[in-house]
Amino acid sequence: MNDSLRATLLFALVAMLILGTGLMQSWNSALLILNMGLVSAVMALGVNLQWGFAGLFNVGVMGFVALGGLATVLVAQPPVAEAWATGGLRVIAGLIAGAATVALAIVAWGRMARGRARGLVTTAILVVGFFVFRWIFDGGVAGVEAVNPASTGYLGGLGLPVLLAWPVGGVMAAGAAWLIGKTALGLRSDYLAIATLGIAEIIIAVLKNEDWLSRGVKNVIGLPRPVPFEIELQQTPAFVERAQGLGLDPVTASTLWVKGLYAVLFAIVLVVLLWLAQRALKSPWGRMMRAIRDNETAAEAMGKDVTGRHLQVFILGSAICGIAGAMMTTLDGQLTPGTYQPLRFTFLVWVMVIVGGSGNNLGAVLGGFLIWFLWVQVEPLGRGLVDLITAGMDADSPIRAHLVESAAHMRLLTMGVLMLVTLRFAPRGLLPER
Amino acid sequence: MDFLNAVVALSNFVIIPALAYGSQLALGALGVTLIYGILRFSNFAHGDTMAFGTAIVVLATWWLQSLGVSLGPFPTALLALPIGIAGCAALVLGTDRVVYRFYRTQKAKPVILVIVSMGVMFVMNGLVRFIIGPDDQRFADGERFIISAREFKAWSGLDEGLALKSTQALTLVTAVVVVAALFWFLNRTRTGKSMRAYSDNEDLALLSGINPERVVTVTWIIVAALATIAGTLYGLDKSFKPFTYFQLLLPIFAAAIVGGLGSPLGAIAGGFVISFSEVTITYAWKKVLGYLAPEGLEPSGLVQLLSTDYKFAVSFMILLVVLLFRPTGLFRGKSV
Repeated sequence: MNDSLRATLLFALVAMLILGTGLMQSWNSALLILNMGLVSAVMALGVNLQWGFAGLFNVGVMGFVALGGLATVLVAQPPVAEAWATGGLRVIAGLIAGAATVALAIVAWGRMARGRARGLVTTAILVVGFFVFRWIFDGGVAGVEAVNPASTGYLGGLGLPVLLAWPVGGVMAAGAAWLIGKTALGLRSDYLAIATLGIAEIIIAVLKNEDWLSRGVKNVIGLPRPVPFEIELQQTPAFVERAQGLGLDPVTASTLWVKGLYAVLFAIVLVVLLWLAQRALKSPWGRMMRAIRDNETAAEAMGKDVTGRHLQVFILGSAICGIAGAMMTTLDGQLTPGTYQPLRFTFLVWVMVIVGGSGNNLGAVLGGFLIWFLWVQVEPLGRGLVDLITAGMDADSPIRAHLVESAAHMRLLTMGVLMLVTLRFAPRGLLPER
Repeated sequence: MDFLNAVVALSNFVIIPALAYGSQLALGALGVTLIYGILRFSNFAHGDTMAFGTAIVVLATWWLQSLGVSLGPFPTALLALPIGIAGCAALVLGTDRVVYRFYRTQKAKPVILVIVSMGVMFVMNGLVRFIIGPDDQRFADGERFIISAREFKAWSGLDEGLALKSTQALTLVTAVVVVAALFWFLNRTRTGKSMRAYSDNEDLALLSGINPERVVTVTWIIVAALATIAGTLYGLDKSFKPFTYFQLLLPIFAAAIVGGLGSPLGAIAGGFVISFSEVTITYAWKKVLGYLAPEGLEPSGLVQLLSTDYKFAVSFMILLVVLLFRPTGLFRGKSV
């Protein structure tokens, strides 16, 4: 079977799975799976760029996704004028003081001669700078968070169109990736993994705690949407008429229409990114990347700037994850920092890339759809299976109760087994790299 | 008097908790470091291995309690520990046979093994939740305190009370015993020496007739024992919740790397470096400074450098700083 036939068949299979969901469960859940599948495919594309092209081991996907989510708030939410007036500028000044401290310490470390004096001066700058930063910053934060904490208590955003948040999310993730890459890319591969794991935890900790920025665990709800609200559609006579003409009731029609619009927006992003990634893979740049991946020493001997290229592809891949994060938060309509969990937003994306086929962009996209479909459907399937197994048991037997309760945990198990089986029997994934 | 109060407050809120937490981290990091040294990969499933062993201990503890067995002032979990270790060892040996051995014989790249361990992590995570559920489980019994704050205040006449939880003392004693036994094993026994030889130079070790499969088996059994003990101590001291154990991965890795991956001594040092930094940076120093500062100059704020939610951030920062200045860790770990 040639490659393109195989790809076509597998994509057709995924399409059938989603269509089957629509026919057997509901079109609403089919569209939900499709939308999150599109977002997941974008994330998988980002990870594939780093791992499949360049062999960089990034387990901090969650952090970049969360930064994209934050971008949605910072771009689209209306600014809280009162908070800006009470402490906004002081918060900004505090952040500048903090950044200046770090910059000063780096300059001092770079300029001074080796010796004890250098260590002492740098430490002194950092310690004094930290207290200055906290003094300026804390006052501002207290002011901002005191402003109507039940509904705002944060600075808000810029009040710009929400679609602008998608590229901004990418830029923010790229910035974070540059910082991490500068410090950690020189390290060995598994140290980079731990470093990215750590940075993701830090980003989530900041989102959960810095209420002035993201309202923390109080969540930002009611984000602006790029598509109309269902309720508006239901009140539009033209829409209601058209829905009834198609034999649908207006409520169902409006939810389907809105989800369909999201799907179109997401599909446009995915197609553009996929096209770019395919172009990159087939360009001299992509060939160089894979040459570096396959033999770093040889590539370096050929005069390739290995660390520079790694930094480049790390930034690009992370930016794509940031875009996906912004898309996801837009779809949800809210930022909930507590829901960012590494099992879901880092390791599941890795399952997508591994199962789909690392090094193959189409494979990553396929993995995104397929694994997301399974992630959603394994739970009901597991419950059905448990019902089948326990059909003969007494209705109130404790074993049955335990099994029914545990069916919910089938997904992690299934994902793990799927990943292990793929790695063992088809290590190059469903759509292998050519 | 004020100085004594400050010392007591410091030991109560900083030194004792950090020592206990540090011992738990050190035992966890020893497992990570052994796998790295001998099997040559960073095991992402280690947190879940700990959770699995502890889950078995919890179940065995409940079973023993239902039989009416208890250790008096000591937690019943100590009796259940061997069962947990056996269960955990069975699991990791099974995993090695079904999963890791294939890649070992293939001489797969270390990073492939890391990804494989991610798959194992998923499976174990699901398994633990399947067995015991995702919720918090309490299984500590026996005496709660060795020294209670009230008794200490009455005895010493100080304003500050000193409390020593029995689980904290138990953690320290167990950790010392376990570490001593491990070092004795690695340095004095034939198997231990062959393990070190294998870790230092695989080819040379194979040449001198060391059976690699035996080394690997022994390593997994030791790792299972260390993970179960670390997990049980952590669970007794705090509480058992599968997700928390998964999250422990970061400080444990940080400890192992700060000490130098592959170096057992480094893992212990790293564990304490991480735990003391986490506790001191997230502790509100108001009380201690209040005793030490001259009259009228007591701090008004909490004097907390970072909120406690940043504790993972602290371990990671320490990790980065150490790596920037000593890329292979404090004790010069190995690299594969």
